[in-house]
Amino acid sequence: MSAAEAVEANGAQEKILNIENVSLSFGGVKAIRDVSFDVMKGEIRAIIGPNGAGKTSMLNVINGFYHPQEGSITYKGETRQDMRPYIAASQGIARTFQNVALFRGMSTLDNIMTGRSLKMNSNLFWHLWRWGPAENEELDHREFVEHIIGFLEIEAIRKTPVGRLPYGLQKRVELGRALAMEPDLLLLDEPMAGMNLEEKEDMSRFVLDVSAQFGTTIALIEHDMGVVMDLSDRVVVLDYGQKIADGTPDEVRKDQNVIDAYLGETH
Amino acid sequence: MLYREAGQFKTNYRADQAVFPIRQDFIGIAALLAVLFLVVPFTFNDYWLNAIMIPTMIFALAAIGLNILTGYAGQLSLGTGGFMGVGAYACYKLVTIFPEVNVLIHILLSGFFAAGVGFLFGLPSLRIKGFYLAVATLASQFFLEWAFGRVAWLYNYNPSGAIEVPNQYLFGVAIAGAPASSVTRYIIVLTIVVALALIASNLVRGRFGRAWMAVRDMDIAAELIGIRLLPTKLLAFSISSYYAGVAGALMVFMWLGAAEVESFDINHSFLILFMVIIGGLGSILGSFLGAAFIWNLPILLRAMPKYFGADINAATVEHVQFMIVGGLIIFFLIVEPNGLARLWSIAKEKLRRWPFPY
Amino acid sequence: MELLYGIFVDPFVQMWEFPDLLVQVLWEGFVSGTLYALIALGFVLIFKASGVFNFAQGIMVVFGALSLVGLYAFGVPAYLALILSIAIMGVLAYSVERVVLRPLVNQEPIILFMATIGLNYFLIGLGEMIFGGEPKTMITEELGLPKGAWDFEMLGGFVSIQRIDAAAAIIAGILVGGLAIFFNKTRIGRALRAVADDHQAALSVGISLNQIWRIVWFAAGIVALATGIMWGARSDVSFALSIVALKALPVLILGGFTSIPGAIIGGLIIGFSEKLAEFYWGPLVGGSIESWFPYFLALIFLWFRPQGLFGEKIIDRV
Repeated sequence: MSAAEAVEANGAQEKILNIENVSLSFGGVKAIRDVSFDVMKGEIRAIIGPNGAGKTSMLNVINGFYHPQEGSITYKGETRQDMRPYIAASQGIARTFQNVALFRGMSTLDNIMTGRSLKMNSNLFWHLWRWGPAENEELDHREFVEHIIGFLEIEAIRKTPVGRLPYGLQKRVELGRALAMEPDLLLLDEPMAGMNLEEKEDMSRFVLDVSAQFGTTIALIEHDMGVVMDLSDRVVVLDYGQKIADGTPDEVRKDQNVIDAYLGETH
Repeated sequence: MLYREAGQFKTNYRADQAVFPIRQDFIGIAALLAVLFLVVPFTFNDYWLNAIMIPTMIFALAAIGLNILTGYAGQLSLGTGGFMGVGAYACYKLVTIFPEVNVLIHILLSGFFAAGVGFLFGLPSLRIKGFYLAVATLASQFFLEWAFGRVAWLYNYNPSGAIEVPNQYLFGVAIAGAPASSVTRYIIVLTIVVALALIASNLVRGRFGRAWMAVRDMDIAAELIGIRLLPTKLLAFSISSYYAGVAGALMVFMWLGAAEVESFDINHSFLILFMVIIGGLGSILGSFLGAAFIWNLPILLRAMPKYFGADINAATVEHVQFMIVGGLIIFFLIVEPNGLARLWSIAKEKLRRWPFPY
Repeated sequence: MELLYGIFVDPFVQMWEFPDLLVQVLWEGFVSGTLYALIALGFVLIFKASGVFNFAQGIMVVFGALSLVGLYAFGVPAYLALILSIAIMGVLAYSVERVVLRPLVNQEPIILFMATIGLNYFLIGLGEMIFGGEPKTMITEELGLPKGAWDFEMLGGFVSIQRIDAAAAIIAGILVGGLAIFFNKTRIGRALRAVADDHQAALSVGISLNQIWRIVWFAAGIVALATGIMWGARSDVSFALSIVALKALPVLILGGFTSIPGAIIGGLIIGFSEKLAEFYWGPLVGGSIESWFPYFLALIFLWFRPQGLFGEKIIDRV
């Protein structure tokens, strides 16, 4: 039973995120044109489309890095004209990036610990001595982070600077950092790009496990159609900044617009 | 065989997150501190203390300050000299206004004035990064230099424009001014520097340090995981300037005895920057190594010809020194951008694996 | 009240009542601005083609002037010394490319920037070692540059214009014109612009990056030498100049790091404004504010236009 079915079975069709008529442009270039879609609580939602379709821009709009000129974003029942990075992060939106955006000078452990930033609030005074609340807090969060490290099976590289890790592992650490935020909505930007088959299988399993174990809602961009069709509950298809299809993987696969868009491209 | 962590099992995260998780490191540092506190004061003569130990420690403190800002938080600053000056002049004014309060308290307080000024000049970092920020720090440097020279109130309307350290006593022992012995001043400087270095290393290992490094490595990602950029940067500016300020106050009160504008000019900003680059960006240990290296290199260069019987004049030594420092900076950036601290950790790594070469 | 009057009223009254003084101040501003613009121009040339923010541009100015004066002092005839100085800048460009830039290719801009700070110090040491550290007089006459001043009687007073300043402005104009032709009409110039736009693309069509770098550093060296001669003729040839040269930074912020017209206009804005500020507002706070005024002006400007006058808006991507 997939997550979406589970939600349906409960009869609680709750939207965690609703994008309405969003348009985004840079100067004269229209990156997103009047796109609307929603994400249900607990589902895995895929955003697909040819290169330059506006997928990454869409994620940037959702977590407040870009500010759309038109439309609105409703997250957890609150409607805004645009998101702000800090609000998005503090309300439980986490994110991974297309070209791994890890903190290259820091170890795996520190990178994931950084994901706990919003949960940590011991003050500067204690940190000067690294004593009392400061140390206890560090230890508590270290323990939480160790769970994530165990979950992602990256124990052996915990003290390695991430800059030295192979690409596949970096992507995994980045997922770890996002998970450390205990997100309600997890945005994954091409989590499997540039991976070999084995790594893709690992990553797919992690995505499914995250969804199943933590009940995290996931919105992901992916180019590998096999992966998308297997993982996701529903798919939205963008092309040239416009939404051309929206539905279950099977519906989307048969949609004439989607077939045209993809055949017109080299995919 | 001596340097091996095998057998030292850590049973909790506390032990794993200690300053020196490997026992030999801890022993080594303890031994070094024992030598610095107990052996050096009784064996080194005045020249060695005044020309080498005291300035090295003071510059190391300033370098830690700049390292927090540039090495950890990634904000390039060319204004350290100015911030040191704020500390020095603030301390001077405090001593003038509250002569009954002990000078050691003033030295530690004066850092807060520098922190305030650093905070102000850090505000542009909200919108400016990289080279552009370097201009903001240059603005502070030149403005402060101007203020130290023009605002007569700062130097108590002294006709020479210089600030001079009055004699100060603690429990009857002279601690500042002409009567203070080198040993006393050395112990004071060493204590303050070691304590502040320890605090710095606490800070950079905790959540604040991680936030700084996150901003340094990728500010966009840091923002998207909920780190507020401006407070993080401003904290780095303030703390960095606090360290520079205390270093400046120590420089005047515990080392030079008097100072004027030139003691805090842009060349000092560069000097500290070089210490940080050569010592290692993002390393507290590196700040000490860099300061020791850059400060003592010219002394070594001056002493060298004597041993070989050659007679080279002081001016030539200074020119050669410029060339060597400049050349070394390029060399380090090419070969080992992480500086002396990295070489040290590579050496330790090798030792740990000994006798295997890989 | 008095302060407000001093800031907002009095300076303008003075400008109105003594227009000859105003003209003189503006002329001084124009001359300083030209020199700032020339230094900034050297920065821009290098930054455009190699992305390197060359902190050592100021020292290259001193180094060029020093070589010229030093060679003359060693007994080399003036014009030969000039040619040899140009050759020295060529050697310098070659060495910098070979020793500093090539091993650091693909490093982060900030690392390259710090490397040029190292270069800066190396050149100070080298220059002082060969030519000595004391200030020297520029060989103005020997190079056939004009001396003395024109005094104009105008606006109810006198305006004095140093001939060397006028010559500096003209030579600066010729240099800029020459560079513009070089960039737009020659094959190498076009290659340079290609490299500036996209390193990868330039490489893929067979443009040698190393050669381009040597050429721009050489060009920047010649600009530096010209700047050094002009500046040296106004004051002395000394290393103090390298601190003044830092004022090219606010100029670049105003004009943008990649725009030649920007460098010129930025230089003039800084030149005019710092002299006006110094003369009319400086006395209010004790004078000598031109040491920091340009940096503050640049900061205020940055706040509103982070991309400079001629730069394009930057869109962050993730």
